[in-house]
Amino acid sequence: MTPPKERPIVMTQYFTFAEPPDGLLLESGRTLGPVTLAYETYGRLNWKKNNAVLVCHAFSGNAHVSGYNQPDDKTPGWWDDMVGPGKAIDTDKYFVVCSNILGGCGGSTGPSSVNPATGKLYGLEFPMVTVRDMVEAQRRLADHLGIHKLLAVTGGSMGGMQALQWVASYPDRVRSAIPISTALKHSPQQIALDEVGRQAVMADTDWHLGNYYGRKLPEKGLALARMIGHITYMSDRSMEEKFSRRLKDEKYSFSFATDFEVEGYLRYRGDNFVKRFDANSYLYITKAMDYFDLSGDRLFGDGRTVKTRFLVIAFHSDWLYPLYQSREIVTLLKMRGVDATTCEIQSTYGHDAFLLEIDEESRLIRHFLAKTQDLANREDA
Amino acid sequence: MRLDHRTIVDLIDSGSRILDLGCGDGELLSRLAEGKGVRGQGVEISEQAIYKCVEKGVSVFHSDIASGLSGFPDQSFDFAILNQSLQEVRNIGFVLDEALRVCRRAVVGLPNFAHVRARWSLFFRGRAPVTPSLPYDWSESPNVRFMSMADFRNFCRNRGIRILRAKYLGVHGRVSFWPNLFASNGIFLIESETRWDA
Repeated sequence: MTPPKERPIVMTQYFTFAEPPDGLLLESGRTLGPVTLAYETYGRLNWKKNNAVLVCHAFSGNAHVSGYNQPDDKTPGWWDDMVGPGKAIDTDKYFVVCSNILGGCGGSTGPSSVNPATGKLYGLEFPMVTVRDMVEAQRRLADHLGIHKLLAVTGGSMGGMQALQWVASYPDRVRSAIPISTALKHSPQQIALDEVGRQAVMADTDWHLGNYYGRKLPEKGLALARMIGHITYMSDRSMEEKFSRRLKDEKYSFSFATDFEVEGYLRYRGDNFVKRFDANSYLYITKAMDYFDLSGDRLFGDGRTVKTRFLVIAFHSDWLYPLYQSREIVTLLKMRGVDATTCEIQSTYGHDAFLLEIDEESRLIRHFLAKTQDLANREDA
Repeated sequence: MRLDHRTIVDLIDSGSRILDLGCGDGELLSRLAEGKGVRGQGVEISEQAIYKCVEKGVSVFHSDIASGLSGFPDQSFDFAILNQSLQEVRNIGFVLDEALRVCRRAVVGLPNFAHVRARWSLFFRGRAPVTPSLPYDWSESPNVRFMSMADFRNFCRNRGIRILRAKYLGVHGRVSFWPNLFASNGIFLIESETRWDA
């Protein structure tokens, strides 16, 4: 059966670089190589090469942002509502690139990859990577794809951190940045929540200091970490609307079985997560977010400004990345006279809003990208 | 084009940097970008207005005017525009001081509470005025400050603000005779008597 036209099939591709002896020099001072990035592309790079949009995924995402990898896939890519033909990030107009982050477990090099020095999986031998290192790897991919200047870099949550890091690392290679539901740095509350998740993984007796590959996985710990995560992605209001105090069965069981729907939901989410995510990647990526800090002079460098245009989007009811953190980005933009648009969207969905409030985000991103493309075309004429 | 917009566009130098405080749907900034090649930045509190700005290609900060000004460096814009927005803020002195800290000059557009129709309504009907420039019923008005043209001139004099030009508008065109009675709107080009670059 041929897939209907509205189900575009996309193939995940792989790019390997930093072969030994070169390696990729990391922020920690260690080198890593070879490095493979899993990535997907949509649409076509135009002849001016000025229509490339890099979409950066959040903590648990992957390179598969839009469409389907297989005709019978049940669900499309993680931001399919936003990225695709005729959508806000229109793949008929833009060349969209999304890669799995360095340190991830969606096909890119991470702690569950083979360490060429030992022939075994890295585990905790994998060096600590930072958001800057992730962007450095993406920059190599952009070079490989023949993109000198990105039309836009966008993403929510940790994807937004990568968008900001692109401006900090390569301001001349980014025409616009669209950080969504993100922050210049993790607050102590965010670090604390990450640490609780890490401790949940490491407390699992099956974790074995990260050497669980080929054995029983630390499923309980990882599932618990994910359950905590899901609570932080919702809001009190959205949980009330989604679950209220509804029971799975009609009566209380008067036991520790799952009485409430919310309990069942969290367990389901946790159990599903361990099937697709590596526990060590969980540790590494949360640590990378905690190390991230572009406050003060680190976003633009001492006294510098940038030509990069900004669209900063945040959501009411997001208590994991509260509005004030987006306003801290905005303050830096004002101080440096950066051309910027900001919007604080009314929503009850909490941090999840950036994946759910598609209509509002689309209205902003569609026109912002069109304007940026217009400016790029004039500059490149 | 709206009469007040046309008047403001005439007061703005080509190619200048503009900060439009309370820019609404971005119509004026969009006109200024087209007609005068300005580099514009809006500040606006309404979420729905933000979408309309972005549709027009206007850059805008989603914020109220008062806190929207903090963070900008001194004298980083050529003109502030406060068109039909100043009467909606409580701390008028603070906002004007901040606007003139951030911008070399400001263009302020205000409704005239002492317009003849408003006076008529109050004096003969004993009712809060509803006029073309004050179109709201008292119970639904976003305005929190009600001033006349003479009030604003007096305010500026007492606050060390120089009025460089004043344009008075009626419903159909310019008003030159007895503006405090016959103008429904006034548009003032102002600057601070304190020199920021001194």
